[in-house]
Amino acid sequence: MKAYFTRAYSISASHRLHTSALTPDQNRITFGKCNNPHGHGHNYRIEVTVAGPIDPSTGMVINMATLDAIVQKLVVQRFDHTNLNLDPLFLNQVSTTENLCRAVYELLANALQPAHLEKIRIEETENNFFEFAGA
Amino acid sequence: MILLTRRATFSASHYYWNPAWSQQQNEAVFGRCANRNGHGHNYTLEVTVAGSPDPITGFVVDLKWLKDLIEREVMEAYDHRHLNLEVPEFLTAIPTTENIAVAIWNRLQAPVAAAAGAKLASIRVYETTDIFAEYRGE
Repeated sequence: MKAYFTRAYSISASHRLHTSALTPDQNRITFGKCNNPHGHGHNYRIEVTVAGPIDPSTGMVINMATLDAIVQKLVVQRFDHTNLNLDPLFLNQVSTTENLCRAVYELLANALQPAHLEKIRIEETENNFFEFAGA
Repeated sequence: MILLTRRATFSASHYYWNPAWSQQQNEAVFGRCANRNGHGHNYTLEVTVAGSPDPITGFVVDLKWLKDLIEREVMEAYDHRHLNLEVPEFLTAIPTTENIAVAIWNRLQAPVAAAAGAKLASIRVYETTDIFAEYRGE
């Protein structure tokens, strides 16, 4: 038997979509207003989904207190109220929410073991959201 | 195949307690959820069924029929109830969000399979907007 447990976290962060691989004009065309030189910010909603059997002694896939402690330490404290572009993870890749999804997945996958990280889903705004489930 | 989801809400109280454990152990694992006076939530239930649209009606299932089924099988038992004390499946299982999702699946799977060309695909239960569990019969 397998069930899925999801917990959502919020971070507020700034970023700018820009890459040195493109010229200033190409950056402007590709990223539009997301390329404005001084950046902008979002309230991100990060959903962390863990999958596995339900432990009969607790009724839980994972204890939420355990999950909260790991996500707070590795993700929320790292990114909340920061400029994503200045994080080492985004020195060599654009701070799109696709890349943020994959970065969060990779920060958490090993740390959550033996629980299985099923997927990361991030809402950048209420109209834009992204998912990464590994591989 | 089309997935169709009907949403419903219920309000209920519960607490987390494993009778095989000491009070200290229950409080260590479950924290404030182990308060024996209980607490409550406004739950949101999402029932998703899968199937092909009927060639005449265009329905996967009749939403009114699904609404009535959820009302009869789930809402009457769960809404404005104390889950630990009044709902039979939680006399033995702890009413965590995960176990609620499984229990609702067990209540709805057979009636959905029996009534239409659709089958139950997923039960998602939100305990708060930021906490939810899902069961797909896997």
